[in-house]
Amino acid sequence: MSTENGSIHTLSALVANKPGVLARIAQVFARRGFNIESLVVSPAADGAYSRMTIGTTGTQGGLGQIIAQVNKLVDVLHCYDHTFDNAVVRELALVKVAVGADERTEALQIAQHFGCRTEDLTEDSMIVMATGATEKIDALVSMLRKFSVVEMVRTGKVVMIRGEGST
Amino acid sequence: MSSMDQNVFDGGQALVKALENEGIEYLFGLSGGAALPIFDALVSTDNKMKFVLVRHEQGGSHMADGYARATGKPAVVLVTSGPGATNTLTGIMTAQMDSVPMLVVTGQQVTGMLGKDAFQEADIYGITMPIVKHSYLVKDTDSIPRIVREAYHIATTGRPGPVLIDVPKDVSQAPMRGSLRQEMDIPGYDVPEEGDRDTIIKVAEALSAAQRPVILAGHGALIAKASDSVRRLAERLQAPVTTTLLGKGAFPETHPLALGMLGMHGTAYANKAILECDLIMSIGSRFDDRIVGQPDKFCSNATVIHVDIDPGERGKMIEPDYFIQGDARLVVEELIKHVTRLDTEAWLSRLDRYKVKFPLKYRKQGGLKMQHVIDEVYRLTEGKAIVSTDVGQHQMWAAQFYKTDYPENWLSSGGAGSMGYGFPAAIGAQFGRPDDPVVAIVGDGGFQMTLCELATACIHKLPLKVIVLNNHYLGMVRQWQELFYDERESGVDLEGNPDFAKLAESYGAKGFNIRRPGDVRRVLTAALEYNDGPCVINAEVEKADNVFPMVPAGNPYEDMIIEAPTVKLAKPAGST
Repeated sequence: MSTENGSIHTLSALVANKPGVLARIAQVFARRGFNIESLVVSPAADGAYSRMTIGTTGTQGGLGQIIAQVNKLVDVLHCYDHTFDNAVVRELALVKVAVGADERTEALQIAQHFGCRTEDLTEDSMIVMATGATEKIDALVSMLRKFSVVEMVRTGKVVMIRGEGST
Repeated sequence: MSSMDQNVFDGGQALVKALENEGIEYLFGLSGGAALPIFDALVSTDNKMKFVLVRHEQGGSHMADGYARATGKPAVVLVTSGPGATNTLTGIMTAQMDSVPMLVVTGQQVTGMLGKDAFQEADIYGITMPIVKHSYLVKDTDSIPRIVREAYHIATTGRPGPVLIDVPKDVSQAPMRGSLRQEMDIPGYDVPEEGDRDTIIKVAEALSAAQRPVILAGHGALIAKASDSVRRLAERLQAPVTTTLLGKGAFPETHPLALGMLGMHGTAYANKAILECDLIMSIGSRFDDRIVGQPDKFCSNATVIHVDIDPGERGKMIEPDYFIQGDARLVVEELIKHVTRLDTEAWLSRLDRYKVKFPLKYRKQGGLKMQHVIDEVYRLTEGKAIVSTDVGQHQMWAAQFYKTDYPENWLSSGGAGSMGYGFPAAIGAQFGRPDDPVVAIVGDGGFQMTLCELATACIHKLPLKVIVLNNHYLGMVRQWQELFYDERESGVDLEGNPDFAKLAESYGAKGFNIRRPGDVRRVLTAALEYNDGPCVINAEVEKADNVFPMVPAGNPYEDMIIEAPTVKLAKPAGST
């Protein structure tokens, strides 16, 4: 993931589960020229609301403006920057690697080292599923690149504050 | 619950009743196919609201805007789908930029045809998303009363703005079940009004240490009806007050402590006060780029206090030393309790010397000046008219020379700078305040964008005065081309203007002409005495005059040009 315009920030928003909310939030980012690196939308504990976890790069000052403007949206209950908070931050990745019989053992060893599961295995390929912190998945992917990585999909981060704090 | 509340309305009728329940008095709009059930409901239900048929939806949206600015209450814009809806965009954007409450109800294709490029289908919900405070695409007829209630609440509270309700035709013609009085469901919307008391006390301490304070009053002070509070604060502190373009009326401009408007075309003394102050307290202004010039040099050595109801304004342009989120009136009232008179005698006398040395002025000899006409309108109306302007040179001169002493008497498109605003906004204002004099000061360029509303003004015999300051140019752009583009004129010559007085007569309005300085008082007096309907006063003014003072866009206040320069200027680098 790119870090050229400052570090990656992890934002979490609790929003009304209504059509159009995602479009409104996306517009706030686009208008200020911020790129959304990852986005996870899912039902919150209360089904009337959705949780959005947004990974974005940008300067602290510019991002502060965006968070303030997202918080202003009528359908947004709150939006926080959890980048520097004590939180569980995880993502999931599926990586399809083109490996034949000669490379399979080494690939499986790498996958096993990172605690991955092999979700699919054919004569010429395998799909490795990894979960964990972003850094761990980055490391796995970099190791697997010695083979031919043909496809990759990552969910992007999901975040939850540890203990009594709220996300 | 009466029988009226249940099972007897279709969606359009429920919408009309719900709008009336919120206290809506006027709807401005233009009919069309997808809005037929709503237009039918206007006449098939028992209601006291008044519908004004306009000639173009842009005019309708500016009328609702002018009505709201002059009364503090929102009106409804009611139009059909597709082009009817898209024609309101400029008016919606204008209202959003200037925090004006407005409800925009658009008809829409039937739900089943949405997304299929059906006749007069436009995704107005999507198109308007960046220029509304909030919006709805109504899917369920039964939810109409709740949506109207939420829309009204959102439009009118906190930082006001336009709210759009898009109503597909099948939704507006289906029967509505349930109550007309429904609870709101907007848990994400909440507006804290009281300012943080600890910060207010710290601000009071900062004020007590100030030797050269300036109060900057913006539109937020007017929206919060804080003008009396601002005046009491300024008098108690003995602090001078400058107002933004939209803040005119938040503090009486004829008051000894008034500095008039600041910024790009503000008074020299207001701008010098900004340069030399050691504390600036903004009450309901958003430090717009026309005010700050070069942000990192704006009041960089002064203590900056920012009072705003919108937390999104904190540090957007200028990083404040103190930020108080809250309703301007409540914050200022609390602040007054904690402040005492400051020793500002030397500061005020320095500013008074600037007022004497750098007054706003113009020549009455030679060609007819826009300033001369505006100044005379000010005298003849004793400063009591509701003044609506269009956008450009005349707008800046009107801001400079028509002193505004009262709230809700100055209507101008500031943030958006929408040409075509002035005349329809004046119509809306006259509907809202039928007994007050209304003067639209417009240019020949902007007037032609919405002058079809002469029909609307004539039908209702509105006694408003339209003063066309006619220089046959898009004057402000020509000024920039003269000053910054080596006098190369491009796309600014309005050759082909009509005879505005004759055009007005053809609609049934009264037409007047001012051709030379000697005509000004006589013609304006006659026009102001004519109250049987609208009149249009065409004033043939000097073609190539320039507005000063001027702080070139994006430049620091040090670069203010007070009088016409004799040397070639560098192109402004920042902003536009």
